[in-house]
Amino acid sequence: MNFERVRFTKEHEWVRFEEDSDVVTIGITDFASSELGDIVFVELPAVGSEIKAGEQMGTIEAVKTVADIFAPVSGVVKQANAELEDNPEMVNRSPYEEGWFLKAQIANPDELERLMKHEEYQEMVGKE
Amino acid sequence: MPYLYHTDEDRRSMLQAMGLTSEEELFDGIPSKYRMNETLPIGPGFSEFETIRHFEALAGRNSAAGDMVSFLGGGIYDHVVPSAVNHLSARSEFYTAYTPYQAEVSQGTLQVIFEYQTMISRLTGLPVANASMYDAATALAESALMAAKATGRSRLLFSENINPRYQQVLTTYVTQQELELTPLPATADGGIDDAVLRKSLGDDVAGVVVQTPNYFGVLESPWRYRDAIREAGALLVVAVDPLSLALFQPPGEYGADIAVGEGQGLGNHPNFGGPLLGFMACDQKYIRSLPGRLVSETRDIDGKRAYTLTLQTREQHIRRGKATSNICTNQGLVALRSTIYMALLGETGFHQLGGICHAKAHRLASMITSCAGYSLRYPGPFFREFVVRCPVDAQLIVDDARASGILAGIPLAKYFGDDSRNDLLIAVTEKRTEDDFNRLCDLLRKT
Amino acid sequence: MSKTLFEMSRKGRRGFRFADEPAAGPVDVAREYLRKAPPRLPEVSEPGVVRHFTELSVRNHHIDKNLYPLGSCTMKYNPKVNEDVASMKGFAGLHPEQMGTDVQGALEVIYTLEKQLCGIVGMDAFSLNTAAGAHGELVGMMIAKKYFQDRGESRSKVLVADSAHGTNPASVQMVGYHDQAVPSAKDGEVDMDVLNSSLDKDTAVLMLTVPNTLGIFESRIGEILELAHARGALCYMDGANLNALLGWARPGDFGFDMMHVNLHKTFSTPHGGGGPGSGPIGVKESLARFLPVPRVRKVGKRFRFDDDNPDSVGAIHSFYGNFGIYLRALCYIVRHGAEGLRRVAATANLNANYLASELAELFPIPYGKRCMHEFVASGESFRAHGVRTLDIAKRLLDFGYHAPTIYFPMVVREAIMIEPTETESKETLDHFVTVMKQIAREAVEDPDLLKGAPYNTPVRRLDEATANRKPILAAPLNCPEA
Repeated sequence: MNFERVRFTKEHEWVRFEEDSDVVTIGITDFASSELGDIVFVELPAVGSEIKAGEQMGTIEAVKTVADIFAPVSGVVKQANAELEDNPEMVNRSPYEEGWFLKAQIANPDELERLMKHEEYQEMVGKE
Repeated sequence: MPYLYHTDEDRRSMLQAMGLTSEEELFDGIPSKYRMNETLPIGPGFSEFETIRHFEALAGRNSAAGDMVSFLGGGIYDHVVPSAVNHLSARSEFYTAYTPYQAEVSQGTLQVIFEYQTMISRLTGLPVANASMYDAATALAESALMAAKATGRSRLLFSENINPRYQQVLTTYVTQQELELTPLPATADGGIDDAVLRKSLGDDVAGVVVQTPNYFGVLESPWRYRDAIREAGALLVVAVDPLSLALFQPPGEYGADIAVGEGQGLGNHPNFGGPLLGFMACDQKYIRSLPGRLVSETRDIDGKRAYTLTLQTREQHIRRGKATSNICTNQGLVALRSTIYMALLGETGFHQLGGICHAKAHRLASMITSCAGYSLRYPGPFFREFVVRCPVDAQLIVDDARASGILAGIPLAKYFGDDSRNDLLIAVTEKRTEDDFNRLCDLLRKT
Repeated sequence: MSKTLFEMSRKGRRGFRFADEPAAGPVDVAREYLRKAPPRLPEVSEPGVVRHFTELSVRNHHIDKNLYPLGSCTMKYNPKVNEDVASMKGFAGLHPEQMGTDVQGALEVIYTLEKQLCGIVGMDAFSLNTAAGAHGELVGMMIAKKYFQDRGESRSKVLVADSAHGTNPASVQMVGYHDQAVPSAKDGEVDMDVLNSSLDKDTAVLMLTVPNTLGIFESRIGEILELAHARGALCYMDGANLNALLGWARPGDFGFDMMHVNLHKTFSTPHGGGGPGSGPIGVKESLARFLPVPRVRKVGKRFRFDDDNPDSVGAIHSFYGNFGIYLRALCYIVRHGAEGLRRVAATANLNANYLASELAELFPIPYGKRCMHEFVASGESFRAHGVRTLDIAKRLLDFGYHAPTIYFPMVVREAIMIEPTETESKETLDHFVTVMKQIAREAVEDPDLLKGAPYNTPVRRLDEATANRKPILAAPLNCPEA
């Protein structure tokens, strides 16, 4: 897995961006998914709704826990991963690929600069 | 002390093991100014024999409906309770167990709830039933909150034909959250006016709450306005008498979103109105807004079929302030009794019981209306309960009948004021006989 | 594996027959009202039903079998005489719409229990109408709301300790208030500094559990309640842990304005596999007019219901709450009397402290030098061996015990919350300690043994993930006749 174009938040979300596109993909990290345990339900914002960096945009449920999902960047939701409705376990199995949450058109690419790179994130969870 | 084990020697050795000399020291954490110096003002303890005598004397100051000829209903019904219901629910394996949080040692309770959910689902025709609520009134109130939450809207329409006690609880609950309640007035035939309902709908309406058969026993016809409610984006919430579902269209069949009701009549004594059994069922779509416990079938690691609590993230012990409701308990033991009851009756017996109550109620209604001066208050179809308009104050009839050991019904002025002074709500169960009917009619003729 | 009733069903079997069964079809009701086919209830004989439920019953752990050390649940012995009293025909057969003259004994039961509870906790008035502890909390919040509306004050915040039961914040939300957590300080008690800065003009209620869920009595309780009162807030006590205080101290004397009592915990009424409970709410005189309707009044020698109270929060139950539960609780109080209840609390605390002191070496107790009726140990040290508290709990099941409450309160890592109650013998407690020590040893020597536990239970660990992802909430309509 190449994390060069992936950034991370303190709340364990990741954002992947492409060179020549303002649409990013968002999900949660393998660390978060394994801490939560068996993920059973993911609630995501509707397509077309706005998300704001640092604000809650959804929830993720394991058998006996609920965690808030925070928007890593601001923008408009373009697509949500419909597969998660029937197969939320994909978040456990493949947090960076099949288990992605949503694609959003971002308003301000600078926001990505404020997020952590892979090594920084690794260091943070190592410390936790 | 009645239920304690320890000998003085036990206490001494336990204290000694902790390096203490007296039990008083166990309370050192309580500041001395708050330690009680006086004895609790509740008197001395009684022996078991004295206790039974005491309560027998108290019970003796009651005259229970169960010992009389009772036509009382209004949500609580005097049905035969089969012996097996009492015996099985008295097994301490059931009644001294707690909530089945440790599924491996709670399969009894869990499977019972699963079977109960299945039965409620089949009665109501809705796919999802929870493990029960306190009673029909709170289940109805919670379903109104659920409709508001599921739709994100803030107004609820409710029929004024709903049991007035449920209406009171609905109001208490709903007004806490600044939701608005709009009443749908009763029509002369004992139903609600479709046109008024349609006019009251709007894009702020979360749900429409009706009861069928309603408090006056009249069967409503929610399918007539079901589409209008759906088009307005609101939910249809229906309170039902479970026994009526032996004969009449279940809420799921005509597209209700949520159904609730009172399960007391399914194998439970009236118990002076509690504990009761609020049941609640809904369409699959609303499962995550549903309050209360849910049990799911699953497998254990050996592949054996087993049952467990599920979707607990909806509930207060996990989601705390964001839970679908604050409810923690369900009416486990009452639900158990109802499950046993429904299993004993079975499809055929349940259907027959509905038919018996229905036929007997109609028999009595025709006997009463042939008494001079008595008529049915509402022309609408009814199941097993109906309102009689009397030639005199219904309270006089009730008092007269009581003197002959008959509980004639509920005088409606109690809830609806002077306009209903002559109205008497009468319920009939399978326990009532032709002889009972004759006695009641003789009385009515004399009054 | 037990078959379900639906799999046992055979067309034509009957478990109960009524005296006269006319083939009564609906009369005079239009077709559109009718159900197409009767609901598919299972058809089973009476012996079949008895065997089925008996078989299910023995798959339950229950108090009559063995220790049930669930912290905060007070799983004490449920006296048998309670059940005899509750099933007396003069009580069980009462219809709630009967006239007052026919129900004097029942009204006296309600009136007396209210008075007894007032005496036991130091409140001035009680309403029994609330059907569970959470229901009591809800009404407590409704009362607070009425109280502030009445005073023309708009407050909407409720401070709740972070160690509180989940029902507390959930009840707060039900009335449109919002909750704010007050963290515990290092000693497990309320953090005074945070409390001081959180108690503002918007604070309607301070909600505390005493002793708290760590089994610790708030030593600064008087100071805390005075501070809250000085800022104009009301103080509510979650009475879940009242068993620790019976006859030794009264929440009303500390300064609480309101509290609920769990009759199914402190006063021995059965938990019934999850209910029915009963959660009477008690208040000081100044709040009595807000209590739910109806209330029972004594006029001369007669008792009557009083519905006429314009200040009341309103009705909160179809009738008068869980009357059948009041009988059991009153029976328990009558059996014990003042001295008996005091012995109950002393013994509950003795048992908890004894267990705590015997277990502390292997399962450290992070908060409190001494506990009251319960304590919270930590299984944190076993994580190094890959063993979680859940595994310890599951292993306990193999030895015929129910597991303690785990992962609650959240302020203790790998929490193991134990409340033995007063109705356990020293032998039982000692044996429990022996088992816990063995499990601690196994956790180190053979962690996989714990992770695979339980082995001796009717079923083993369940696939909860699938149950949550694709719940099966009802049996299929067409069961294969297995």
